[in-house]
Amino acid sequence: MNSRVRIKDLWNEQRIFLSRTVAAMTIVGLLSLALIGKLVYLQIIRHDYYLEASQGNRVRLEPVPASRGLILDRNGKVLVDNEPAYQLELIREQTPDLDDTLHRLVLIGMLAPEDLTQVKRTILAHRGFDSVPIRLRLTDEEIGRFAAHRFEFEGVDLHTRQTRHYPYGELGVHALGYVAAISEEDLEKIDRAKYAGTTLIGKLGVEAAYENQLHGKNGYREVLVNAQGRSVERQGAYTPDLKSEAPTAGTNLQLAIDLATQQAAETGLGSHRGAVVAMDPHNGDVIALVSHPGFNPSLFERGLTRDEFASMNDDIDKPLFNRALRGTYPSGSTIKPVIALAGLTYKVVDPDKEEFCAGIYHMPGSALLFREGKSGKHGNVDLVHAIARSCDVYFYGLAHELGVDRIAAFMAPFGYGALTGIDISGEKPGVLPSPEWKKHYFKNPAEQVWFPGETINFGVGQGYLLVTPLQLAHVASELATRGKSYRPRLVTGFQDSMGRDIPFTPIANPDITNVADADWALILNGMEGAASYGTAAAIGKGATYTIAGKTGTAQVFTVSRSAKLTQNEPERLRDHAWFIAFAPAENPKIAVAVLVENGGFGASAAAPIARAVMDAYLLNKDAEPPIAGGKP
Amino acid sequence: MIREEVQSSAARRTLSASARLLGALKLDGALLVGLGLVITYALIVQFSASGQDLPTILRTLFRVGLGIIVMLALARTTPNFLRNIAPWLYLAGILLLLVVVVMGHVGKGAQRWLDLGLIRFQPSEIMKLAVPMLCAAFLHDRPLPPDWRALLILAGMVALPAGLVAMQPDLGTALLIFASGALLILMAGLPVRVILILLVLAVGAALIGWRFLHGYQRERLLTFLNPESDPQGASYHINQSQIAIGSGGLFGKGWMNGSQAQLDFLPERSTDFIFAVIGEEFGLLGAVVLLLMYLFIVSRSVYLASQTSDTFSRLLASCLALTFFVYVFINAGMVCGLVPVVGVPLPLVSYGGTSVVTLLAGFGILMGLHSHRKLVGS
Repeated sequence: MNSRVRIKDLWNEQRIFLSRTVAAMTIVGLLSLALIGKLVYLQIIRHDYYLEASQGNRVRLEPVPASRGLILDRNGKVLVDNEPAYQLELIREQTPDLDDTLHRLVLIGMLAPEDLTQVKRTILAHRGFDSVPIRLRLTDEEIGRFAAHRFEFEGVDLHTRQTRHYPYGELGVHALGYVAAISEEDLEKIDRAKYAGTTLIGKLGVEAAYENQLHGKNGYREVLVNAQGRSVERQGAYTPDLKSEAPTAGTNLQLAIDLATQQAAETGLGSHRGAVVAMDPHNGDVIALVSHPGFNPSLFERGLTRDEFASMNDDIDKPLFNRALRGTYPSGSTIKPVIALAGLTYKVVDPDKEEFCAGIYHMPGSALLFREGKSGKHGNVDLVHAIARSCDVYFYGLAHELGVDRIAAFMAPFGYGALTGIDISGEKPGVLPSPEWKKHYFKNPAEQVWFPGETINFGVGQGYLLVTPLQLAHVASELATRGKSYRPRLVTGFQDSMGRDIPFTPIANPDITNVADADWALILNGMEGAASYGTAAAIGKGATYTIAGKTGTAQVFTVSRSAKLTQNEPERLRDHAWFIAFAPAENPKIAVAVLVENGGFGASAAAPIARAVMDAYLLNKDAEPPIAGGKP
Repeated sequence: MIREEVQSSAARRTLSASARLLGALKLDGALLVGLGLVITYALIVQFSASGQDLPTILRTLFRVGLGIIVMLALARTTPNFLRNIAPWLYLAGILLLLVVVVMGHVGKGAQRWLDLGLIRFQPSEIMKLAVPMLCAAFLHDRPLPPDWRALLILAGMVALPAGLVAMQPDLGTALLIFASGALLILMAGLPVRVILILLVLAVGAALIGWRFLHGYQRERLLTFLNPESDPQGASYHINQSQIAIGSGGLFGKGWMNGSQAQLDFLPERSTDFIFAVIGEEFGLLGAVVLLLMYLFIVSRSVYLASQTSDTFSRLLASCLALTFFVYVFINAGMVCGLVPVVGVPLPLVSYGGTSVVTLLAGFGILMGLHSHRKLVGS
């Protein structure tokens, strides 16, 4: 402790206080200068930088989605367009009690009770002032119902949005494809900047293959936003000058599809599972492409629930499966014209020489027996009649004479076992078997050996050979044009923004040149015969044009070679029915392949559908000039 | 002389009339003008910062009115009276702080308020006045500069309320209470040698204190050191306020035209960050004009303090004047990125709270100390 007693020294205190005051005011001055210095730095020296930063803060680019291009049939009929649809949207911060509001929406039937949790989660994932869609594609009845209750639902309102519209529903869905919400996988493939504001993307068929053209170019407009990202009309007393750019609509696509023909094909298949592909043999234009059953493309746009998708995916009829492009089946007897051509080209067969068909073929040098299919004993048949009446025994022998190597080599240029190159994706190549193929395909050495009996089966389109309906339509085209073929195409051109058509040039495949004209003529004879007096005689009746065709029956269930086939098997074990055709025979304008799964015999199940398709195309008054051959 | 008096008698009468009035009210005209200018400025800025909200302005006017009443009342009190009530005020403040800490109203994640119905009241505001009053009263009878024992007692007087306020947690106000105590001791003549030692100790304490800071308080400090590090997180405040000030330029974007302020990019724009609104809408010019007004108030207050004749008055008045500047510097410095972000309002200009009332009360005391300087008995 301080021993000295200190006395208050007022004079000294005064002196100290004054000096402290001076010091304090000096510090006050210096700190003020520091403040002003910092202000000068921010407001004068770095003014431009901060001005730009504040500009970037308040202006947001809002994308304006382009309207998606239309899809038109060959006559300009609209197959796919856009239409505004009503949807229910909710703004959370304007909704007094979210749970209560959602509950009451369920009560008036605007929301399904099972969707409640999901809807609420979606709403909460958005910002409070975002307008969140909670129900898409309302029906007229629902719109009316909500409108009547509108005043009870603060923060909930009806809004319109452009949606994809398929006026013909399921029609051509496997060709046209569908659109759906952009998935995470899609995001990796697309330029995100170009898709800002776009909600839907093509998922299959033409919608997917021509996504770039259909999408168009999104525009943008600058909007003034506040710190929460909410767009505002003005800031304080000031309305800034904002830029915008209009979107460019997507390109309209011109399809080769003929609406009437497509409808005929779908009607023809009726309740059957199957596929129809019709092509213009002179340019590869796909006039009709059906895989049946189909599905409603609009379901995907709305977004399927897990259950809905599962039930569709697990459906025994496989509606999502594109049979026309991806279904691979044994070709059955539709192979016979090609085998005959091979025989003629390799000169292993004399077309005029008759073979005797007793319904059973004994393979030379073997004890194996090969039975005639369903058409019984044919007696003496030459090549033309063998085609027309689809004599298996004749072709068993021919195949044996040719040998598998020559058959496979001859068939390859026709496009067997290879992709046709159609302009939508998903196509399967099927299988063109050969000893070489077997070696690669099988791992087990015992299975890698090509057995002579397999060649015999090959000659009638059974065994390992697998083809798609699209491939057989392609083969039919080649038979029609005597070896000329084109890459099949659904889209034949664009329509530019002025409505002018910009057609594409068809892409030709290499011609098949090793076949003599006379041989093509013989085959044509045989196929005309099939459709007039042969296996498919019924379909030629009443036709105002000549049809060249060939039936086929593809075995689903391998029946022992010696067993008799009956029509009494369970439906799904029945054979697949094929029919390929082109018409008019002398000047072909359409080539068709029809597959009816489990249809049984080609002539009865598949051929009438082909006839309906050809009628629709060739006799359609809206279409090209009437076909030579007169009226019935 | 007489003739001149007669000639200008009309003018003189008016002047002397207002001087008499001020004298009767124990107020200082120059300081009143300075305060009036700043408050007018505040109302203009608050109107813009609140998004042209008239109720905001009315509430501010109500608080200013309340402040003026308190100011008038305190200006009339004598230094002796103030010295006598200082311990009681201090004690009441401590008790209220304890109440707030124990059962206070939760506001903004911190317990700072007592709801008195008409006005929500922060007991820490009392301490802003009670601490310098008690310290000045304590030193009044002692020889200056204070000895070690006195210093220890003073440190306790400051640390107790500052600690309680920091526990709320309200670091900004705790800092201001601490600053007012520290300034008073400095003005009392703390030797430079001791100041240096204390500075060293303070740095050490800061390093230890870091461990006791709340997460958000640490973040604010770190953000100050590197504002660009986390643009959406903790440094959002400071980035946006710097953008606001910087984009204002020399003349500003104009009243109610600041995009940062008007579009909500600026957080707490009518309260703690109102200085950024001034920088954005009125530019460097507007900010400097406000600073000059503040400096005028501080200088006038310090001058008034130096005119008083006793220790208590001198210390208290100068402490109130300098603390006012500390408020200004910490807030403006925080908003433009010169000091860390601490929740300190811009005195008289920030909207809300009871700080306007406390500040005007402080100026009332200051003017009272000055006008009662001849009545002091020793």
